[in-house]
Amino acid sequence: MQDRDALILASAYRSQRDRVAPSLRVRDLSLSYPGARHALQDINLDIAAGGVTSVIGPSGCGKSTLLRCFNRMNDTIEGCRYNGSIELGDTNILTPATDVTLLRRRVGMVFQRPNPFPKSIFDNVAYGPRIGGLRRKRQLDEVVESALRAAALWDEVKDRLTDSAMSLSMGQQQRLIIARAIAVDPEVLLLDEPASSLDPISTLKIEELIYELKHSYTILIVTHNMQQAARVSDWTAFMNAGKVVEFDTTDRIFTNPARQATEDYITGRYG
Amino acid sequence: MVERATHGQHISAQFNAELEAIRNDLLEMGGKVEHQIELAADALINGDSGPADEAIAADRDINRMEMDIDEQCVRIIARRQPAASDLRLVISIAKVATDLERIGDEASRIAQVATQMASQQVTDPVELRSRRVARHVIGMLHQALDAFARLSVDSAVNVVLSDSDINDDYKRGLLELQLAMRNDPDHIDQYMDRIWALRSLERIGDHACNIAEQVVYLVRGVDVRHTDSEGLRQLLN
Repeated sequence: MQDRDALILASAYRSQRDRVAPSLRVRDLSLSYPGARHALQDINLDIAAGGVTSVIGPSGCGKSTLLRCFNRMNDTIEGCRYNGSIELGDTNILTPATDVTLLRRRVGMVFQRPNPFPKSIFDNVAYGPRIGGLRRKRQLDEVVESALRAAALWDEVKDRLTDSAMSLSMGQQQRLIIARAIAVDPEVLLLDEPASSLDPISTLKIEELIYELKHSYTILIVTHNMQQAARVSDWTAFMNAGKVVEFDTTDRIFTNPARQATEDYITGRYG
Repeated sequence: MVERATHGQHISAQFNAELEAIRNDLLEMGGKVEHQIELAADALINGDSGPADEAIAADRDINRMEMDIDEQCVRIIARRQPAASDLRLVISIAKVATDLERIGDEASRIAQVATQMASQQVTDPVELRSRRVARHVIGMLHQALDAFARLSVDSAVNVVLSDSDINDDYKRGLLELQLAMRNDPDHIDQYMDRIWALRSLERIGDHACNIAEQVVYLVRGVDVRHTDSEGLRQLLN
C-alpha cells in the first residue's frame, strides 16, 4: 500500500504543472476561542483557484486566524469553536470527519520565520515524501529536484544538497521551506508573512516565486506589508475586527476601493 | 544618475513584462498618431476627403489607447511602487500618451478643416508654407518617438531646438493670412480655416517638443521644460 501511495505521490508531483488547483469557498465562517469570543465573524469568501489571494488588515484583525482555518491549525487551541463551512473543492474541511493529517498534506503552510529541520538540504525536502511512503532513491531524487526547482533554489544548492540547511541564508531557508511544503504535492499553499524576516532582495525573490507558483497552486498570503499584497496578489481581502470589510481584485482594492475603511487603511490613515 | 536606464532586469519578471507592455503600447500609439497626421496632411495638401475621413476615424482608437495606457500606469504605480528610472518611465509614458492624444485631436481638426477647404475657391496664400510645416512637424514627431524608443538625449534635444523654425513659419503664415483677409474680406471664413490648420500644425510641433523633453527627463532625470536653447545645447554629447 505504501508503494502504491508513493507512486501516486511521485506521479502526481510530475503532473502538478498541468493540474487545476482547487478553489476555496468560505461560507458564514465564525470562530471563537476563550479570550476571543468573535475572533472571526461571518466570513464569506470565494477564493479563486490557481491565483494568489492576499489578506491584509491591522494587527489582531483575525487574518492569521483565518489563514489557519484552511488547514485546521486553530484546532490546536483549547476551546476553539467553528461555525460555517470551508469547501476545498467539493469537501467541507470543517467537519469533524475531516482527516486533518491528509488535509495538511493538501494544504501546505509556510510561516513567518524559516524553520528548517536540523538536517541536510536534501533531507529537509525529502522529509514529507518519506513520511508519505516514498522510499526509492531515484523517485526521492526526482521529487527533491523538482521541488527545489519549483522553489527557484535548485541552481543555488544543487552542488551541496548534503550540506546542513542551517548553512543557507534566511532567504534561501525560506525558499527551502517552500520547497519542503510543495514536495508533498499540496493543492493549496498558505503563506503567513513569508517574507517579513527577509531583506528586500530575498523578499523580491520570494514574491517572484509566489508569482510562478500560482500557476500550480491556490495561494493565500497573509501580510502586514500592503505593498507586497499589491505586488503579488490577484485578489485582496481587507479584514478588520474579525470581519472581511472588502474583498475584490487587487487592482480595484489598490486603485479604487469601494469602502471608506479600506481606503483609510491602504492610504495609511488608520491602522 | 543612471545614464542608460534598463527596464528589463527586475527580479520580478512580471514587473519587467508590465513595463515592457506599456512602453510597447505607447510606441504603438505613437505609430498610429504618426499615420494619422500623415493622412491629415495629405488631405490638407491635396484636398482629398478620403484620407481626411480616415484621420478623423483614427482618433477614436487613439483616445482609447490613451485611456488604456493611463490605466496601466495607475495600476503599476499602485501595485509596484516604481522608483528611480522605473518611476520616471511610468510618469513619462503617462505624459507622452497625453501629448499623443492631443496630437491626435489636432490631426483630426486639420482633417476636418481640409474637408471644408476642399470645396473652397480662394487661392491659398500659405499653401507652400503649410506643406513645409506639415513635413517638418511629422519629422519632429517621428524623431521624438525614435528618441524615446532609443533613449537618445541628443535626438530629443535636437527636436526641441528645431521648434523655433516652426514658430517662425507659423508667425509668417499668420501675417500672410492677415494680409489676405484685409485684401479679400469677403472670404474671411475661408482664410480662418487656413489659420486653424496652420495653428494645429504648430501645436503638433509643440507636443512633439513636450515628448522630446520627457525623453530627457526619462534618461537623465532632468526637467528641461522652459529651458532656453543654450541650456539645451549643454545636454548634447
